[in-house]
Amino acid sequence: MRFYEFESKQILKKAGIPLPKSHFCKTADQAAAAAFEIAGPVVIKSQVLSGGRMKAGGVKFADSPGEAAEHARAILALPINGLMPVGVLVEEKRAIAQEYFAAVTWDGRAKKAVIIFSDMGGIDIEEIAEKHPEHLSRTHFSASRPFSDYIAKNAVAGVGVTGNDLNALTRIVAGLARTFLDRDMTLAEINPIGKLEDGSIIALDAHMDMESEAARQHLDLLKELGVGPEEKRQARPPTQFEIDAEKVDSADTRGVAGNLTEFDGNLGLIIGAGGGSLTLFDAVRAAGGRPANYCEIGGNPSVSKAANLTKLICAQPGVEKIAVMMNVVSNTRVDIVARGVVKGCIEAGFDPAEKIAIFRIPGSWEDEGFAILKKYGVPYVDRTVSMDEAARMAVENTKKKA
Amino acid sequence: MAMFIRVDIDPSVQQDPALGKRIAEVCPVDIFKVADNRLETVEANLDECTLCDLCTIAAPGKVTVVKLYR
Amino acid sequence: MSILVDKDTTFIIQGITGREAVTMARECLDYGAKLLGGVTPGRKGREVHGLPVEDNVLAFTSRTRVDAAVVSVPPGFAADAVLEAIDAGIKLIVCVTERIPRKQVAQFVEYAAEKGTRIIGPNCLGVISPGKTRVGGIGGAAESTRRAFKPGKIGVMSRSGGMTVEIANSLSEAGLGVSTAVSIGGDAIIGSTYAELMPLFDADPETEGIAIYSEPGGRAEYELADYMARSGSKKPIIAFMAGRFMDEMPGMRFGHAGTIVEGRADTTASKIANLTAAGITVAEKIGDIPRLLNERLGK
Ligand code: SF4
Repeated sequence: MRFYEFESKQILKKAGIPLPKSHFCKTADQAAAAAFEIAGPVVIKSQVLSGGRMKAGGVKFADSPGEAAEHARAILALPINGLMPVGVLVEEKRAIAQEYFAAVTWDGRAKKAVIIFSDMGGIDIEEIAEKHPEHLSRTHFSASRPFSDYIAKNAVAGVGVTGNDLNALTRIVAGLARTFLDRDMTLAEINPIGKLEDGSIIALDAHMDMESEAARQHLDLLKELGVGPEEKRQARPPTQFEIDAEKVDSADTRGVAGNLTEFDGNLGLIIGAGGGSLTLFDAVRAAGGRPANYCEIGGNPSVSKAANLTKLICAQPGVEKIAVMMNVVSNTRVDIVARGVVKGCIEAGFDPAEKIAIFRIPGSWEDEGFAILKKYGVPYVDRTVSMDEAARMAVENTKKKA
Repeated sequence: MAMFIRVDIDPSVQQDPALGKRIAEVCPVDIFKVADNRLETVEANLDECTLCDLCTIAAPGKVTVVKLYR
Repeated sequence: MSILVDKDTTFIIQGITGREAVTMARECLDYGAKLLGGVTPGRKGREVHGLPVEDNVLAFTSRTRVDAAVVSVPPGFAADAVLEAIDAGIKLIVCVTERIPRKQVAQFVEYAAEKGTRIIGPNCLGVISPGKTRVGGIGGAAESTRRAFKPGKIGVMSRSGGMTVEIANSLSEAGLGVSTAVSIGGDAIIGSTYAELMPLFDADPETEGIAIYSEPGGRAEYELADYMARSGSKKPIIAFMAGRFMDEMPGMRFGHAGTIVEGRADTTASKIANLTAAGITVAEKIGDIPRLLNERLGK
């Protein structure tokens, strides 16, 4: 679960990390009031779950409350990468002498948490890693022991920082690492950390991502931030199609038939499960097909759940045919899925023999499943036909048109 | 409307409420219900039948699960 | 031979009275696996398919040899179950549970490394050595498992449980068969990565080639490429990389918890280039794996 900048900063504040004065505002009037209160130059920042705010015009500077209101009005109406902001952050503008970067994340290769620190803050960290590796330190640490400050110190000292700056930065990085561990984050990043002209050091922008699997253990924090525990916060907002699919999935606890993502093609996909869906989506595209959606079916969904998902996909205006495909299944039942998709087609007012471009789910109870498909004239193949070949057949069949 | 499964209940089951209750209890997808001391099928659930045979084991010869697609 | 498990491997299931675990126990027994029983706290004295249920792991390890444990408990209890098995001295733990927060995974993986315990998973289906044994739910019912997994000479490692079965099935259909297949798990942090299992396959005379299923996210493929360069391993590897479409959609999560593109190194394009440079053949299509293996094996 990604947090907005203003939420991330509230989390940092709880960790005792120094921050500039700021106010989260939802209207231009609120922004003017905030600027008045700060009583000096301010920066107005779009609160949106997308990078590239600066380039897109989502960050503006103002010297007066009137100017702040004007910029806030424009930014509040400005989508960034297709996302509307939930508000703006009005923050005091400080003169910066030096910028740093600090992030804490998991390293699946070392199987440990890692602090990434750089004295070249404010720019793309991958670029620093490639072009200026000596300005970047990576410091792994154990999640099993309480975090100790020396680890943060090593991270900061690792790029050559010393003196008072070392001590101030160590406090910030240690606070960040503790928050990361305590709050089950997958990423806790401050970029940039700014050293001001008076020598003090504060967090200027922050990005936090909490593991969704652990969100329920942090309801106290989420409540404080006003975040609903069910908020998904993907990198783009859900479409109506996706919201409806989510409803189909959550209305019935049996099996999974969801995780739907909308695309703009003409071939609806009923595919599963995790790995099978990734493989089949690629296979459809490689065969020249245009998927209308990604989705995942797994476990043992009920007939009605599979039928409702099928109905929903068939009802999309651009969808000409649907393909029902999975890897060889050992858990999901072929006959139950077959009943569901045939029923869904019919209830949506289509002939399954026409609407279903291909059915390729081999595995448990396949004889019963194939008997159903045969009766309704649905084209199907068994395990001797590969997933790619099935995808190709689906694409061919869709081109033929009904 | 059920498209795939029909379940026939032998009339003699209605003479034995205990048996009717047992049949209703074993089905994992609630295909049976007892109403006014009669065992009935639940139309909306018929297609969910998992073909597990628990009902036919509970009442041999008294319940028949018919696959309409065969 | 096989890796990790063989026909004499004894094991228990933690959480054996759970719905999925009861089915898994039945399937393992039907396959001929040496399942001893299982653990569910407070259920001592019950039976599952005639096997004893105990309150703790020690009840088994104190009286008999237990080679492995399958952890199939809800996510909130999984880390505790893994730690219990490690401390009871079990050397192979297959963690099936999904959705364990990665902090907890990092903690028990670190502890396992200290104690010399190997962990497979989490979020996996387990390990199978066809014709010998299976530890976990991999393959489903015994009969369908036998159909998809024929004994043979190819090792399989996969981040997706379902795709482990798909690939094994295609190898079986092609007459190559499977020596051992390991569903390694789809999470961002897992107990055993490709590179950590490769030395076992390298040392196994029965394994002549390896098939790998991979996805975007993480660095496991780079680690594998490094291993190949470092070890001079000669066994041919065919890798398949799913989720190529995700390269265009950074920040979106599809499939498993670990499957997300967060940086250039996470993309399939970058991983494919790296694997290819390490001498690993990357299959364009999943169905090409058996043919490519045959080619690399010189047949
Ligand atoms: S076979 Fe099983 S699912 Fe079907 S009606 Fe009988 S008890 Fe219910």
